[in-house]
Amino acid sequence: MTVATPGPRVIYQRPEVLVDRSSHYCPGCGHGIIHRVLAEVLTDLGLAPRTIAVAAVGCSVFAYEYLALDFVEAPHGRAPAVATGVRRVRPDAFVLTYQGDGDLAAIGTAEIVHAAARGELITTIFVNNGIYGMTGGQMAPTTLLGQKTTSSPAGRDARSAGYPILMTEMLALLPGVAYAARGSVSDPGRIGKMKAMVRKACQAQIDGAGFSIVEVLSTCPVGWGMTAPDSMAHLSEVSEVYPLGVLADRTGGAT
Amino acid sequence: MTATVPAPDMAEPRRERVLMKGNQAIAEAAIQAGCDAYFGYPITPQAELLEWMAKRMPQLGRAFVQAESELGAINMALGAAATGARVMVSTSSPGMSLMAEAMSYMAGSETPVVLVNVMRGGPGLGSIGPSQSDYFQATKGHGHGDYRVPVLAPASIGEAVELVATAFELAERYRTPVILLADGIQGQAMEPVEPQFRTPERRTFDWALTGADGRAPRVVRSLHLLPEVLEEHNRALQAKFAEITANEVRWAGEQLDDADLVIVAYGTAARVAHSAVALARQQGIRAGLFRPISLWPYPESALREVACRVRGVLCVELSAGQMVEDVRLAVEGRCPVAFHGRTGGMVPTPDEVLDVLRELDDGGRS
Repeated sequence: MTVATPGPRVIYQRPEVLVDRSSHYCPGCGHGIIHRVLAEVLTDLGLAPRTIAVAAVGCSVFAYEYLALDFVEAPHGRAPAVATGVRRVRPDAFVLTYQGDGDLAAIGTAEIVHAAARGELITTIFVNNGIYGMTGGQMAPTTLLGQKTTSSPAGRDARSAGYPILMTEMLALLPGVAYAARGSVSDPGRIGKMKAMVRKACQAQIDGAGFSIVEVLSTCPVGWGMTAPDSMAHLSEVSEVYPLGVLADRTGGAT
Repeated sequence: MTATVPAPDMAEPRRERVLMKGNQAIAEAAIQAGCDAYFGYPITPQAELLEWMAKRMPQLGRAFVQAESELGAINMALGAAATGARVMVSTSSPGMSLMAEAMSYMAGSETPVVLVNVMRGGPGLGSIGPSQSDYFQATKGHGHGDYRVPVLAPASIGEAVELVATAFELAERYRTPVILLADGIQGQAMEPVEPQFRTPERRTFDWALTGADGRAPRVVRSLHLLPEVLEEHNRALQAKFAEITANEVRWAGEQLDDADLVIVAYGTAARVAHSAVALARQQGIRAGLFRPISLWPYPESALREVACRVRGVLCVELSAGQMVEDVRLAVEGRCPVAFHGRTGGMVPTPDEVLDVLRELDDGGRS
């Protein structure tokens, strides 16, 4: 009697949306993980052929080098306005913005708040690493109190530099927001949960439920002055200020 | 090109003439030109343009968004235009300052958008009166970087209607933002218009973002970090600007053939100048009018040619003297260049301009 042996089965491979090339991101940077998660979700949901993405200013402006999607580059902070313009003339498109915390939580606060308030059918991936990485590690609105950066060399002091801004909590209050959640790249378990959030945010747009956003706590080992493993471990401290989880879900139970 | 009102021909069927406010006529002209999307923010004296769009665009199933700011509006326009849509934004001077940022990005990423600036008095919050004090901004200023943008300046509401269609054509032909530069009088005044709306032909764009379905992804961008790549991109832009300069100069002349003194003026100032020329002619002063319609590219060689055969040129503006710099550059010292301007929302009267002409005439004879 012969037993049929199963042939090799592919259980993990590069999603087709992810371009096969080495990236410019620093070792230990979370963008690579987030790009991959986004690529997997877009591939799984079959969205890539109708996606128009908006690249924002910061390290991730080069997202179009790694994601095989149509892209328009926005001025610093304006990605949600640019995405609104795309959305209003392309009702069939899947529209997303990929923004850092300097872009979304500082210079682009008006644009993100009003895109969310209008309930624009766009999905925002908000990468929060608490620092301006591309310009050399300056303080961001999301920088933790006491955190040393090149523009807060003595550590962020609330008396002169205010407090970390919880953008996603603020946005979650708006009725136009269908889904708002915060995930992390700290470890495989949390990456899996974050992927589920990204999927849910994309689904909210597909279903026409409203604006959706996933904030992803990410790393900047170079800007933080840490090794890559230490920066991943540091994310647990960051998530004490920025709690992980779903902050708003008005999708009506759609999965 | 001479702007004249044709004599009524009774044999022809009666043509439709309607009384329209400039802002509304510009808005309707954009709609008739096939504008797919309009984005704006309320500001005097262009608010009626936004209001007309707010009513009409949804009726036609087209996009209208009142943005959170002029920054929002112009960036919505950038996004919509990147998909190949026909897009307009409008504002007035302080709003134009906010839109300056995106103008640079749109010039760099070659995004076709028509922007209407209904100028008001400045600097700062200034006044809501008519002004031409954004000439520098429109023709040389707005955003950072080495770039140019076509600027069209109508002198009547009828001409504004025509230039809206032209602006869309230029924007799409050359992949560039285009400014239609009007002022508070043109926005607010009502004039009988024989609306000759025009819908420019649609082009197919090999750059427009539609989703990378069965083709390579497209990127609309202005970032080119490698110096040699950016220089190459800038060379291509400059070649385009040279092509526009060669092909898209527009101007009109009145009574230039035998003119002794020539007024150079655009927009509302040209309307005043037109009346002043008529008054001057009644008094035996051989005056003429040279009216730039494209402020960039500037009708430089045409003006130089005129300057060679007159005794003097008078530049009249609703500003402290902005276009006069381009007039001097064009004239290259071939004749004296004088200037008369009013600011802050004040408009010179034809008599006031006539007085200046008379002084120049006397000065030239003495």
